[in-house]
Amino acid sequence: MAMALEMIKKTKEFFIEIGDLSYFALRFFKQAATPPFEFKELLKQSYQVGNRSLLLVATTGFIIGLVLTLQTRPTLIEFGAVSWMPNMVGISIVREVGPVITALICSGKIASGFGAELGSMRVTEQIDAMEVSGTNPFKYLVVTRILAATLMLPLLVVFGDLIALFGSSLVEFMKGNVSFRLYFNTVFDALSYGDLIPATIKSFFFGFVIGLTGCYKGYKTGRGTAGVGIAANTAVVMASLLLFVVDFIAVFVSDIFYEL
Amino acid sequence: MDVKENIAPLQKENTSEEIVVRIQDLYKSFGDNKVLNGFNMVLRKGENLVVMGKSGSGKSVMIKCLVGLMVPDSGIVEVLGEDIARLNQVDLDELRSDIGFLFQGSALYDSMTVRENLEFPMRRHRKKFEGVTDTLPLVQEALENVGLAHTMDLMPEELSGGMKRRIALARAIILKPKLILYDEPTSGLDPITAKEIIGLMRSIQKKYGTSALIITHDVDCARVISERMILLVDGINYAEGTYEELVASSDPKINAFFKK
Repeated sequence: MAMALEMIKKTKEFFIEIGDLSYFALRFFKQAATPPFEFKELLKQSYQVGNRSLLLVATTGFIIGLVLTLQTRPTLIEFGAVSWMPNMVGISIVREVGPVITALICSGKIASGFGAELGSMRVTEQIDAMEVSGTNPFKYLVVTRILAATLMLPLLVVFGDLIALFGSSLVEFMKGNVSFRLYFNTVFDALSYGDLIPATIKSFFFGFVIGLTGCYKGYKTGRGTAGVGIAANTAVVMASLLLFVVDFIAVFVSDIFYEL
Repeated sequence: MDVKENIAPLQKENTSEEIVVRIQDLYKSFGDNKVLNGFNMVLRKGENLVVMGKSGSGKSVMIKCLVGLMVPDSGIVEVLGEDIARLNQVDLDELRSDIGFLFQGSALYDSMTVRENLEFPMRRHRKKFEGVTDTLPLVQEALENVGLAHTMDLMPEELSGGMKRRIALARAIILKPKLILYDEPTSGLDPITAKEIIGLMRSIQKKYGTSALIITHDVDCARVISERMILLVDGINYAEGTYEELVASSDPKINAFFKK
């Protein structure tokens, strides 16, 4: 009985959270569409989001490219299909691995950063101070950060993809004596707009989800320093989970378009 | 050195009866916790009014209702002749330019320099500074008022607690407000720094002729700065009078505040 009650309580809390998050997202769209626009802050946040994640995305992308090629190579050699390596790695990185891995890395970096930063501002009354000074803190802090994450993530994904392909080409150069030029020519020949466009659109949504959850958790932080830690932590968990949900929806929708 | 031995109580210079703040039957509760239970208050022009109460007695809630940071359950809150509940966001922001707010923890923006912290309130209230092309002299004047002109390019993390409070005071007066709200201005400060802050509050009031509402549980601060005091007990204004009148009271609830 107690377990059932606990489950009902948790389910109720889950739906309240979803409702709150949806309301937060609606508020974002409303505020983003009405002036004044905080362009200067948007630029600052875009620079920080991009700059903060660049090294991490590059490192992860490089390793993913290396590992993917090294692990696939023996199997492709066994089937005599090693010449398909650039096509296979290129398509898998551009369509799925690149966007998802980059988004997951960024959810750890950006969502937790937003959660901790805004949570700390909430706890130390900086958000209240901003409101008292006549500045809309939602517009200044939340809208700019969500937009920055939404705009920067596709760029980070492209950057991560290129680094991953470079990692992969390095393995092919060292093990298969395939030149970089030949490798990249084969990759770009194999890719079509049907691979690039859905992946790019998906990346915008990934960025939006990361920005939204990070800001939501930070902006709604409870009082006390413990709340800041919880906000940062739950922002990452929530963003990561939502990324997979968005990825599933994106794949599902793009599959429908492929069939048409 | 004790504060009370060095600073004589401020003499009321302005005898005008113009009402700056009027609170009538203010109720606010959080769930079952009734914080304000029909609180009433009047602050007159040029007056220094201290509201004293225990921690959690609703002082901060009351002061946040005054600037529209919290919405009361019921009651009337009038500031500078405007009913807060009837104002739209634009008018509320306009009114806020006439209100300075010193937050308990200073609430300086961590990511901005001292200069940017002081310039921040000006960005939304350009009307007040028509014809002013360079904000530097205004920032300098505000910083000179608190004796910290040399800190302009420092970040908040490079300042001590007392310096942060003084910078926050400079930020509160940068818009030349008619009313300043002080939320626990001396809490967390050593007696010497607390004395300095009280001295600054007095000199600012003298220089700009502002009205001040100070909420505190620091008896020494209340004695030095107040012209009139209200004791907030159980969500109502339990007692009202000058410091001397309240100290002389035989009511045990009032005595509890002044017991050493």
